This record gives sequence, structure tokens and C-alpha cells, in this order.
Amino acid sequence: MSRNAEPVRYMDRTRDYYRALGYDKDYAWAHFEDVPFARLAKPLRESRLGLVTTAHPADKSNHDAKGVRHVWSGDVEPLPVVNTDSLAWDRESTHTRDRESFLPIEAVSGWVREGLLGSLAPHFHGAPTGYSQRKTNEMDAPEILARLREDRVDAVLLSAL
Amino acid sequence: MSLVARHLEANGLPTVIVGSALDIVEHCGVPRFLFNDFPLGNPIGHPDRQDMQREVVRMALGLLETASGPRTTVVSPFAWKDDPEWRGRYGRVDPAERDRLIAVGEERRKYRDGLKQGKAP
Repeated sequence: MSRNAEPVRYMDRTRDYYRALGYDKDYAWAHFEDVPFARLAKPLRESRLGLVTTAHPADKSNHDAKGVRHVWSGDVEPLPVVNTDSLAWDRESTHTRDRESFLPIEAVSGWVREGLLGSLAPHFHGAPTGYSQRKTNEMDAPEILARLREDRVDAVLLSAL
Repeated sequence: MSLVARHLEANGLPTVIVGSALDIVEHCGVPRFLFNDFPLGNPIGHPDRQDMQREVVRMALGLLETASGPRTTVVSPFAWKDDPEWRGRYGRVDPAERDRLIAVGEERRKYRDGLKQGKAP
């Protein structure tokens, strides 16, 4: 593989960018030695899948008065319109006008119809992206877990823009 | 997103992340990861390529069943479009733009300070 074809080092790229913006403290990316692992309790063809996205609702109602982002949920039917304006993605190389390219409701539904997957949960859930890992760990992740449990999902597909 | 996946998994829910930031996700450590080497924005497949998106979803679903342990990363066979320069673009720092970037940073810090003091955005 040529050097050109190596995956982009986003941690280095982000560090250099924020230094150029004049921030004097580098962001410390989350890092763990231990990784939890859970197995499917039943076959995929009997399992219900939940989707988690980093996109925002079209009206950005997941932002509070201070601009802080919170967990939100949407219906998978009718197909939702979501917003990606304030998220970090490569605006020069691509676009996000096709929701399925980052939140694959129709693709998953297709596999349900084919019998590969049992069902798709009626809601998808929005995970805030933000600076604070503490907020993610203590508030957002438990809230998403609670919402997925309400939907009685057996497994989760998470796709970050 | 990696932290959310870890929390779900620690509470008994199997997860698979589909994404394009390999270094960030692997640095964190997640149970299952399907990597698409694309520009950030379209982790599931090229825009308007339903065939590719369906296949990526199939691979992600398969990983839920086949991964035998944590830190399972699968690299998807799909490549980005005929655009060899894309890897150099995102978040690059052009030395010629130094002053402009410092000004952007100043603006951000002022905005954040305003929010902390309770001013609505």
C-alpha cells in the first residue's frame, strides 16, 4: 500500500488544526485497554436492530438554549429528514444529501424483507458529538441505552458521519 | 460514537460501528467496527449508490454474528471515487492561512465564553 493510500490519521489532523486555531491544549481522545463484548442472544433473522446516528433533527431541536446537544430520537417511518450542517465531515470531497449514505434505514429495511434480519426498531436515536467524554459516558450513552431498551432491540448499528 | 457503543455493549447489547475514522475508533477500542475508507460524511457508502449501501449494511449485520471477540475490525472492499487527492483535504492546515485560522479560533473562543456566561447563541 503506498503511503498515499494509508487511512487518514484524523487524530493528528485534528490536533494540528486546533493548534493552528490557537488552542494550547491538545484534545485527549478516549482510549481503553479493555473492550466490552456481548453476543447476539438470538439469530440475526429473529433479532430487532436499532440505529444510532450523529446527525441532527431537521429543526435542530436537540440543541438547548446554551447550544449544548442532547440525545434525540426520530421515527424510521415516514423516512426522516435530518440535518448535518454543524457536523464534522469532508465538505470538499463529498456531500450528505443522500441520507442513506450515513443513516441506512432503507438498506436495513431491505434486509428485513429479505429475511436476513428480524426487524428494524421503529425509532432511530441521535447521539450528540461533543467535547465532553464525561457527558457522553454519564448522560448521553445511558439515555441512548434506555431508549433502545424501550424499543426492545437486540443489536445496534451505529454510524458516525 | 465509540463511547456509546462501549456503554451499550457493557450493558449486554451487541453493537457494530460503521465508520471512516479508523484511527479514532481503534484508539478508543470498540467491539465491532466495519471500516469504509471514505471521506467523512458517507460511512455507509457513496451517495446514491444503493447497491453499495446495501452491501455495506449486509457486512455490518454479518459482523454482529461472526465477530468472535472485541476489537474486531473488518475493512470493507469498497474504495472512494476516482479522486486520489481526497485524503489530503479534510482539516488540512495551509501555512498561508495562518492568520485566518487564528482569527477563526478567536471567534470560537469568544462564542464559547459567551455561551458559558449564559448568552443564547
